[in-house]
Amino acid sequence: MTAVTYLEAISQAIREEMRRDESVFLLGEDVGTYGGAFKVSAGFLEEFGPERVIDTPMSETAIIGSAVGAALMGMRPIAEMQYIDFITCGFDQIVNMACKMYWRSGIPLPLVIRGPAGGGTHGGPFHSASPEAWFFHTPGIKVVMPATTYDAKGLLKAAIRDNNPVLYLEHKLLYRLPELREELPSEDYVVPLGKAIIRRRGRHITMLTYGAMVHQCLKAAEQLATEDGLEVEVVDLRSLTPLDRETIKESVKRTNKVLIVHEDTLTGGVGAELAALLAEELFDYLDGPIMRVAAPDAPYPYAPPLEMAYLPGVERIVAVARQLAAY
Amino acid sequence: MSEAERADLLLQIYYYMRLTRAMEDRTRTLFLQGRIVGGVYTAQGHEATTVGAAMTLRDGDCIVPQHRDLGMHLVRGVSPRAVMCQWLARGNAPTLGRDGQLHIGDMHHGVVPMISMLGESLPVACGVALVMKMRRRSTVVLASCGDGATSTGAFHEALNFASVQRLPVVFVIENNGYAYSTPTAKQFAIEQLAQRAVAYGMPGESVDGNDVLAVMEAVGRAVAHARSGQGPALVECRTFRVRGHSEADKADYVSPALRQEWLTRDPIKRFEEYLTAQGLLSAERRREIEARVRSVVDDAVAFAEASPPPDPATVADYVFAPDGPIAIVGEPGATDPRYVNALDTRTGRPFCTMSQVEEAVTRL
Ligand SMILES: Cc1ncc(C[n+]2csc(CCOP(=O)(O)OP(=O)(O)O)c2C)c(N)n1
Ligand SMILES: [Mg+2]
Repeated sequence: MTAVTYLEAISQAIREEMRRDESVFLLGEDVGTYGGAFKVSAGFLEEFGPERVIDTPMSETAIIGSAVGAALMGMRPIAEMQYIDFITCGFDQIVNMACKMYWRSGIPLPLVIRGPAGGGTHGGPFHSASPEAWFFHTPGIKVVMPATTYDAKGLLKAAIRDNNPVLYLEHKLLYRLPELREELPSEDYVVPLGKAIIRRRGRHITMLTYGAMVHQCLKAAEQLATEDGLEVEVVDLRSLTPLDRETIKESVKRTNKVLIVHEDTLTGGVGAELAALLAEELFDYLDGPIMRVAAPDAPYPYAPPLEMAYLPGVERIVAVARQLAAY
Repeated sequence: MSEAERADLLLQIYYYMRLTRAMEDRTRTLFLQGRIVGGVYTAQGHEATTVGAAMTLRDGDCIVPQHRDLGMHLVRGVSPRAVMCQWLARGNAPTLGRDGQLHIGDMHHGVVPMISMLGESLPVACGVALVMKMRRRSTVVLASCGDGATSTGAFHEALNFASVQRLPVVFVIENNGYAYSTPTAKQFAIEQLAQRAVAYGMPGESVDGNDVLAVMEAVGRAVAHARSGQGPALVECRTFRVRGHSEADKADYVSPALRQEWLTRDPIKRFEEYLTAQGLLSAERRREIEARVRSVVDDAVAFAEASPPPDPATVADYVFAPDGPIAIVGEPGATDPRYVNALDTRTGRPFCTMSQVEEAVTRL
């Protein structure tokens, strides 16, 4: 068995689900002949044919809208956004059409919208998006973001099998990262939606994070352990909706200090909701302020020095964790 | 079709047109009495278009109607009771009081629920048609929109996608002269909306939307084209919104002369005259039909008024559908209750958008 990349895990998940269930199909720009801008669907057209691997016009509203129509018919479409930034061009189909469908009509909508998210690849303001907060705020859609190769496959399989709209965010910086290569189980498995995982155990501080920031937090935790003797617990949320409140609260009750880290901008981000949840429910357990490390409230920049200054990284996480530890 | 069958069909059409008008007249009365929760949109003058277009369909076909398409709903079997429960925001309405108006649907009977964002239903229609094509069915989707909605991006994306994919969709544009207060001259700069079809490589025609038989012929041609696997087609039905945009709109931006001119072309009056001239609509037959229409409307209103309001305790329920198998709609066994999309899993009961057996009275 060979170790596969995060991207290959995504590809495997879709391929295996398409083999397993004839109602699963893929549509998006350049997903067929070209195999997708990042080659997630390389070889799919040959295996599944043009009716299940559909090269669409450059029309995000038509892509997501027809995924909604197909899901109404009981199919399980996977709509690819070439970069997740373009999801805004199909926003209404998600927030008004898809998210309210079951709630108001009783008709389930089993559909997945997925695409490359996140920065660190010199993508500039229009190819580096972290759009999760918009959808995290919107009832009726599940939002997941895998940090590891194992989760990339298992969460996507769970998303495809779910009977609701699911936004599956792939961090493109992780796509081919050698450190993330993993041997995956040969048997079928899923990672259930709504279950966080503790990536590193510790008793002094809980870091709540997801996506590529999981790896920054793990590096920071390692540094804090060697340099400061601090035992940091790193919780990878994996799913933002549904949110695993139990795992979050259980961890914070043990550590009594929380640092929230995300790549998305600060104000109104996922971290703001996590902070509110903890302030409301665990006030008595907190031995310090709930702190956040996030991107500044500005659009995502292009030039490398600006991008470096913008993205949360180990250095900032370590600095803020030290402040919190000293509190 | 035998002569007797043709006579029956024409009277059935007439009945649906009358029922549509009567349902809306009653809805207006309820609105003026303050018994309707929100705004009311009616479509006096659209009946030839909505009823005529829907009459061209068969079992297994699907409609994607918009806010003035009560006629399409009724022809396809949507329950007048369900419609009145929607207006009165009842707990047993198809949307359980969570949404109003004609925002209802049931995929097993081929009705896609609309949203208020006009134009956005058209890409969804493409998705339904995509599945029909994948499953090698000879069914079609009939999707409508107003003249205003033709200016949305969704309209253009949908027409283009449908054409590229050769999807079995018929786009019916109800050009009623206005989008709220905006006249067509401020909406588009072409002669006829049927010309939009040219740009997307599909057949398009423009028809007198107040002539029900002409609408049926034109939409029938478009449906036959789509059903034969040749891809989408477009029909512009030219009609007029003789009332306000909503019942709260006096529409004083429309010249009285123009409105009067269209009132004289009332589609129901015209069809009545035709039927009478053909000797198909005796005074007695007409009285019978009126009595039937009245009893259906009375029943719908009485049923809705006797229906319970929604339970406030359910306000945050059913945001997500439960786990379980999902059937491909239209395949054998797809309504088996083990499927999550067979029943309305919010209530555990069948979807209630369509006419139930006890109200089979809605058919003539
Ligand atoms: C995308 C969108 N923008 C704005 C509105 C608000 N609005 C409701 S109806 C309407 C006019 C619709 O005109 P048209 O498409 O011609 O349909 P009609 O009402 O004339 O049947 C507008 C602007 C809307 N519903 N959807
Ligand atoms: Mg109009």
